[in-house]
Amino acid sequence: MTVETKLPYDLEYISQFSQEQNEPEWMKSLRLQALEQADTLPMPTPDKTKIHNWNFTNFKHNATGGTIQSLDELPQEIKVFFDTENQNQNLVIQRNQTAAYASLSPKLKEQGVIFTDIFTAMNKHSDLVQRYFMQDAVSVDENRLTALHAALMNGGVFVYVPKNVVVEEPLQSVFWQEDPEAATFNHVIVVAESNSSVTYVENYISHNKEEEAVANIVTEVIAHDNANISFGAVDNFAQGTTVYVNRRGVAYRDAVIEWALGQMNDGNTVSENITHLIGDNSVSNAKTVTVGRGKQSQNFTAKIVHFGQQSEGHILQHGVMKDSATSVFNGIGKIEHGAAKSNAEQESRVLMLSKDARGDANPILLIDEDDVTAGHAASVGRVDPMQLFYLMSRGISKQEAERLVIHGFLAPVVKQIPIQAVREQLTEVIERKVY
Amino acid sequence: MAGSTLEIKDLHVSIEDQEILKGVNLTITGGEFHAVMGPNGTGKSTLASAIMGHPKYEITQGSVLLDGEDVLEMEVDERAQAGLFLAMQYPSEISGVTNSDFLRSSINSRREEGDEISLMKFIKEMDEAMDYLDMDKNMAQRYLNEGFSGGEKKRNEILQLMMIKPEIAILDEIDSGLDIDALKVVSKGINKLRNENFGCLIITHYQRLLNYITPDKVHVMMQGRVVKSGGPELAQRLEAEGYEWIKEELGIEDETVGQKA
Repeated sequence: MTVETKLPYDLEYISQFSQEQNEPEWMKSLRLQALEQADTLPMPTPDKTKIHNWNFTNFKHNATGGTIQSLDELPQEIKVFFDTENQNQNLVIQRNQTAAYASLSPKLKEQGVIFTDIFTAMNKHSDLVQRYFMQDAVSVDENRLTALHAALMNGGVFVYVPKNVVVEEPLQSVFWQEDPEAATFNHVIVVAESNSSVTYVENYISHNKEEEAVANIVTEVIAHDNANISFGAVDNFAQGTTVYVNRRGVAYRDAVIEWALGQMNDGNTVSENITHLIGDNSVSNAKTVTVGRGKQSQNFTAKIVHFGQQSEGHILQHGVMKDSATSVFNGIGKIEHGAAKSNAEQESRVLMLSKDARGDANPILLIDEDDVTAGHAASVGRVDPMQLFYLMSRGISKQEAERLVIHGFLAPVVKQIPIQAVREQLTEVIERKVY
Repeated sequence: MAGSTLEIKDLHVSIEDQEILKGVNLTITGGEFHAVMGPNGTGKSTLASAIMGHPKYEITQGSVLLDGEDVLEMEVDERAQAGLFLAMQYPSEISGVTNSDFLRSSINSRREEGDEISLMKFIKEMDEAMDYLDMDKNMAQRYLNEGFSGGEKKRNEILQLMMIKPEIAILDEIDSGLDIDALKVVSKGINKLRNENFGCLIITHYQRLLNYITPDKVHVMMQGRVVKSGGPELAQRLEAEGYEWIKEELGIEDETVGQKA
């Protein structure tokens, strides 16, 4: 079906915006072309979720924020995402669209690691950003939202790890939407060259309950031969924000991409997490957790496509639904012809906490090669009353018993989040959402 | 006063509108070990579960009092806090919650806020109890019952019993599925608790458990009622002669309840 989506911004505005950011010419023309394409491209069609009346047009595109001299200035709700005792030297904080704080350890700088906001990266490393910006992973013309993303991109970071460099300390980004109407058109690129390794963790935070805003996020993660990328995220957009988040990985020969995503948005969300295992022996583990509450509707796709031989893909999605929240979990393992001896495994589990909540788990295996292994498990159910009876029979209160069961249910993903402060924060967000 | 008293009076219990217990009377006082025996399907496990507040069972008549307090008015957790404990026949598996965290929460739920058991004391007690039950120390950090063998689950129930130290414990077929060595270990754990402040209701359909734990009183259940009570000699006679003589004596043809044969 066709969707009426009136674009709030025109060519003139885009070209002006690009100029203000001092962007290279290639980016400006990419934006303008994308805006034209957006007109004719269809909206994405997430399976079993109707998004035609979601807000994708009402937002404030240009919202800057003050810079941050010291982390002490930040409000407590933002501070909790950092380990204040062992302060992370590798940190970017984006306040609305402003790169408000940036630090990178001297050692990593020396080794040629780039970790900076996307606009600075386009200025200083134009060729490198151009090489990866919506080229290998996500294309501009996939759908109307990817095209709009390219046209209106207004934030994000660029991570580049040169050959043979092993980054021991995690890199962390905090995207803080302080302005309740600010749109987040963030673009994140993580590139790890051959034999390198890096852990990257990002947090999205907004506070808009009544005000409407849009997040349209594209993330591209590229692991070259034998590189290892561990990608963690906690998304925590408030109720007023409609979210389209597209995180995509490309893994070449012997490369590994690990995803640990805490998808804790309170508004309507379409999330795609797709990894292409291009090279032989490449591996991806995609783990996600979510808690749905209120009336929000969410659609999660976790997909791993196998091209390389002996590639390994494991998907694990756990969701808890309460109130009258609705969620669809699509798990897709696809093995292309020629990807012999590959293995595609997936597991989707949904726990329902109320009778009005809805959860769908759709496991899909698409296999065009004979010599492979694959498996799937999916379940949608309620908290087992026998588990509650057992815990309560030892004196534990009903609320605490439920908390323990839910905590245990989400633990396999939560414990994979790389930074302890973020892991604790995710646990706290989960508890706040569940009770 | 020595220990607590659990009084079960004229207890009627239904499951899905079918009456399973048809008026059970039983009183257990601190210091006493009672055994409830009987063939399968006579309501023994229903009695255990109903006292603890299993969500599937509906009490239609009668009362259960612990030291005069109405147990049936209490939530499951309040029953435990009041001093009841049920060692279950099929303990649940809870992923993501370690055995030791669970045990500490359980112990602390029976103590006042600010009077929680210290971590050192807890670890020491847990170590000792696990040694006593020949349990692998790794089991403290494993998720609660997850992937435990049948025997490990039963030992883990007794570990909880020893750590929580309830006033009155109900052991629901704690012996089922145990080999003789495990049975001895489990019995040893239960016997260690024997004192004048601890009362125990042991549900079993095998007499062999009672070779290791000597009951003060033995009750036989049939057709959802206690039909005969006696001392330890009753258990021995059941071992030697089976249940037929009781059925003959009481004129019972089908001893089961609530099941269509």
